[in-house]
Amino acid sequence: MPPGILTLAADKATLSPANTGFMLICSALVMVMTPGLAFFYGGMVRVKSVLNMLMMSFISLGIVTILWILYGFGLAFGTDKGGFIGWDGHFAGLSGIGLTELWGTSTIPVYVFAVFQLMFAIITPALISGALADRVKFTAWALFIALWVTVVYFPVAHWVWGEGGWLFELKVIDFAGGTAVHINAGAAALAAILVVGKRIGFKKDPMRPHSLPLVMLGAGLLWFGWFGFNAGSWLGNDDGIGAVAFINTQVATAAAMLGWLVYEKLRHGSFTTLGAASGAVAGLVAITPACGAVSPLGAIAVGAIAGVLCAMAVNLKYKFGYDDSLDVIGVHLVGGVAGSLLVGLFATGGVQSKAKGLFYGGGFDQLGRQAVGVVCVLLYSLVVSYVLAKAIDLVMGFRIGEDEEVAGIDQAAHAETAYDFTGAGGGHLGRRGPALGEALTKKVEA
Amino acid sequence: MKLITAVIKPHRLDEVKDALQAFGVHGLTITEASGYGRQHGHTEVYRGAEYTVDLVPKIRIEVLVEDADAEELTDVIVKAARTGKIGDGKVWSIPVDDAVRVRTGERGPDAL
Repeated sequence: MPPGILTLAADKATLSPANTGFMLICSALVMVMTPGLAFFYGGMVRVKSVLNMLMMSFISLGIVTILWILYGFGLAFGTDKGGFIGWDGHFAGLSGIGLTELWGTSTIPVYVFAVFQLMFAIITPALISGALADRVKFTAWALFIALWVTVVYFPVAHWVWGEGGWLFELKVIDFAGGTAVHINAGAAALAAILVVGKRIGFKKDPMRPHSLPLVMLGAGLLWFGWFGFNAGSWLGNDDGIGAVAFINTQVATAAAMLGWLVYEKLRHGSFTTLGAASGAVAGLVAITPACGAVSPLGAIAVGAIAGVLCAMAVNLKYKFGYDDSLDVIGVHLVGGVAGSLLVGLFATGGVQSKAKGLFYGGGFDQLGRQAVGVVCVLLYSLVVSYVLAKAIDLVMGFRIGEDEEVAGIDQAAHAETAYDFTGAGGGHLGRRGPALGEALTKKVEA
Repeated sequence: MKLITAVIKPHRLDEVKDALQAFGVHGLTITEASGYGRQHGHTEVYRGAEYTVDLVPKIRIEVLVEDADAEELTDVIVKAARTGKIGDGKVWSIPVDDAVRVRTGERGPDAL
């Protein structure tokens, strides 16, 4: 993420209405990714826990928004403190920011940058939830989100994108969040499932997705919103790089979907819907760090490699016996690592950064920088997330009760069920009014 | 009297219904059912994880007939339901002690 357009010393950036409008739209696009993710995940779980899955993503919109305004934006993007964290008193509560105060050397208001970045902070912890489907206490999860963004996401966002952040200074290329978002969330997912453990019946009971149409709806919304995620990450500066990012996002996603589908056709015999949706998401993840650094042909390579790699990686959970319910590690961690490292191979040097990848005559220099970014973010997130999850587990218990898990977390955690099946057989079997066996226990007073 | 029960492939329902009508059967009961015979369901793949789906959708047809018609009617159903492929289903009959038409109170063969 660039601090802003490079201007000559004599030029003073002025507010651009076009860029401001574009960035407000991009922010809204990134926002829709979180409900999109909720549907993507929600369709993959069983009927008895779909509402909880939706809520685990949705709650992030509530919690992270408030924390971001109070202190998150300041920690991530305030004045650098030692390369590790930022802080600015007047960012707290967004209270000291002028309406037309510009972000850095960019042409958009600080408020717009803050709200755009907020949407990234919201979706990142939501990504983790897919690994924990069906089995964690909602209160424990909410607490985990609040703590995790505070001690993991905000600092890592500062490292990668904040002026003075140590990975930013090391010139690690992460256009829109390969390390800060996807590796970060994927590593946290791994840490959390090491603490929480497997679902009851993992590898024994069938845990088929209950609604692949929902998965496709979610994947479609993610793909759509991702244009804001990636193309917006150049902050609307009108030098064409945002447009390259947009094209690369589309191209890599297409290639990854095809890559995943071809792999599974050869390996398992069918082109599946879930494979198409998963391949698309894997491509979106992988191109995220790279979309400002590679050419459209490079994006095809990044997408295709990531599609096949992630399709192979999702089987690891059965091999190693850890229950990453919805393959957050296989898709986001592996896809993020692949995309971040492939920047070191495919960066053309002619777009976002002058740094060239191995295949464009840049040698191993950028690949090495990318590897440092990958390993450091992965390890930091893994260790700190493990400590957080363990602490929550010790203090309040991270998991729901065994009986509640078997009966379905929706009823236990939310006192709701997603679908009404009482009219089974077409509905004509039930009597009018409350279905058989159902009684109105409390009338709502008018 | 006999109760003939047939478990058949859903897409053969119309043929069986037509054949029963042509035979002169006055009424029947149809239920959506699921189960498996020798074919033991099918396999589905989700992100490489294979699931065996045991229970296959079926239609269960029940017809009450007089003893004299039972054997021939069984043949009629078998003929109409047969595709020759695995999973075509089964037909069986059991004796019935009595039957009552709820509206009139008629009993036995008169109730059919």
